[in-house]
Amino acid sequence: MNMPAEESRSGKDAVIEVRGLEMSYGSFVLMRDLNFTINRGDIFIIMGGSGCGKSTLLKMLVGLKRPARGEILYDGVSYWESEPEVQERLKRRFGILFQSGALWSSMTLAENVALPLEQYTTLPPGQIRELVSFKLSLVGLGGFEDFYPSEISGGMKKRAGLARAMALDPDLLFFDEPSAGLDPISARLLDDLIIELSESLGTTVVVVTHELASIFAIGTNSVFLDPDVKTMTGAGDPKRLLKESPDPKVINFLTRGEGAQQR
Amino acid sequence: MEKGASHSMTPSELKIDKTPDGALLTLAGEWRLGNAIPSPDGLLAGLGAAEKGQRLAFESGKLQGWDSGLLVFLAKLFDICRRNGVTVDGSGLPAGVRKLIDLASPEKQRSGVTHGGEHPSFLVRVADTALAQVKGGREVLAFIGEATLAFYKMLRGKADFRRMDLIVTIQETGAQALPIVTLISLLVGMILAFIASIQLKMFGAQIYVADVVGIGIVRVMGAIMTGIIMSGRTGAAFAAQLGTMQVNEEIDALETLGFSPVEFLVLPRMLALMLMMPLLCVYSDLMGVLGGMVVGVGMLDLGVMEYVHESKAALNLTHLLVGLFHSFVFGILVAVAGCLRGLQCERSASAVGYAATSAVVTGIVCIVVATALITLSCQVLGI
Ligand SMILES: Nc1ncnc2c1ncn2[C@@H]1O[C@H](COP(=O)(O)OP(=O)(O)O)[C@@H](O)[C@H]1O
Ligand SMILES: [Mg+2]
Repeated sequence: MNMPAEESRSGKDAVIEVRGLEMSYGSFVLMRDLNFTINRGDIFIIMGGSGCGKSTLLKMLVGLKRPARGEILYDGVSYWESEPEVQERLKRRFGILFQSGALWSSMTLAENVALPLEQYTTLPPGQIRELVSFKLSLVGLGGFEDFYPSEISGGMKKRAGLARAMALDPDLLFFDEPSAGLDPISARLLDDLIIELSESLGTTVVVVTHELASIFAIGTNSVFLDPDVKTMTGAGDPKRLLKESPDPKVINFLTRGEGAQQR
Repeated sequence: MEKGASHSMTPSELKIDKTPDGALLTLAGEWRLGNAIPSPDGLLAGLGAAEKGQRLAFESGKLQGWDSGLLVFLAKLFDICRRNGVTVDGSGLPAGVRKLIDLASPEKQRSGVTHGGEHPSFLVRVADTALAQVKGGREVLAFIGEATLAFYKMLRGKADFRRMDLIVTIQETGAQALPIVTLISLLVGMILAFIASIQLKMFGAQIYVADVVGIGIVRVMGAIMTGIIMSGRTGAAFAAQLGTMQVNEEIDALETLGFSPVEFLVLPRMLALMLMMPLLCVYSDLMGVLGGMVVGVGMLDLGVMEYVHESKAALNLTHLLVGLFHSFVFGILVAVAGCLRGLQCERSASAVGYAATSAVVTGIVCIVVATALITLSCQVLGI
């Protein structure tokens, strides 16, 4: 959030560059030769069928899993070549919403959101409390401060997870299947929230999803992962991809398998 | 398929004719499970049609019914054709059959499946197991190293963890464990006294029951009992808690925020057990001696004061300190075993159960081995 929104929207500067990335579990290669760039202010979609490695790619983008090969640059700095202190500093710019929310179950919602603030800021407790209430209201959970994660619904958990991800005003937000398990209305509201955040804060957003409605509603850029050829087979604005992609599998995915006739 | 249906079924019929470019298979009758269905092996070879470039066509106009029986027959047949390079023309088959066979064809299976390939040979499996053991051992050492570093950081006041976690864990591992420690220690004290009395009575030396029970309980048994109780009660709970956090990605969430899971989750649990185990051990010692006294007074006609006096004479500070040292070590071992298994947990519900079980087993094995080492050292040092 260090950039004013106007500048970040117009300028096409790369925040994340992925070069020759290879992902594997043991000797089992999931994807290789991934090359793409995420620009500041983008809402970047990672799409592909279930089990093709989207979550794994996200884990690599946030520094939780080391790539088998290749590198990931943040503003030109390679994450895995950096000193631990630099990695820590980079990580602090990330906000992550995990697939299930991943709220810490032994803490209330307020404590969940407050923990990163207590860790990385020297704000007095009163101010932290106000900030926490504000962040929770941003996601529509004002008044739920003292609830434990086990006492709220799945959709609310996701939104609380989002409040926690935004606690430190990250300039990169990562979402793993934000609308999975949500009803269409809640999913739509979450999409709106993501656009709102991206536009008003200039936050760069990376979303793993296979919800077509979301992809077209929010995506400004994307990659498509194909598990058969084990690499990316499409990249760019999803709406343009739908019109112009030469790859029938990409078109199939973007039209729910109804094929090219639908264009 | 209904029972006895085969009686009323039309038998399956198979006719195979040579065509200029291969063979034509005519299917008739009912091709159902329970009906006799021919084997596809050697079917084509007899005609000389099992060669590369040949074509296999079908005619199924007289087919009266089919189920998985036909599908399995065709799948096997198609597989034979594929291996021999024979082209299959399925257009003469019912549309439903064609679709299902197509769904089950090898091209439609998930690519990149690594399981279930070749069965590795015995030597390969032995080597894999040995390598996995080495890797497991390395993980344990790395974990102990990390925990030690975290502890050192805490001593310098720099470790990140919530004081609240420590307090809650102390409560769970301390006060709430008292009932079970009471029960087990009393009973073990009584059992020890009972067994000792059988031997000592023969020499009229019943009073020495107090010595046997006192020294046995205070020096090792109290610590071992609390250790094993806490391993089952608390070690398993730690593994289940951290395992569930692993499954819910809560640990990933901690890591991405720059918290070390070892400092944040393991340290308070380890501290709590290091503090509470010696206290529980002292309590268990008291209960054990009390149990011995119940047997001594109730069955051996010793006086209460007499028993207390004999116990006091038998015990000294060294015995107590050796016992406390045991329990302090056990506290660390139980916490490390529980937390390690929890953090190693894989991402499924059944893995959490496995982590809990494995934490208990590891904890108890460590306790017994540590006891042996400490006892031996005391022997050598003459303590
Ligand atoms: N911890 C792991 N160990 C081994 N293989 C894994 C592990 N996690 C995921 N995989 C494999 O990697 C593949 C991709 O997983 P994932 O990235 O979760 O897919 P997605 O999020 O696209 O559905 C899966 O098919 C799975 O078999
Ligand atoms: Mg996933």
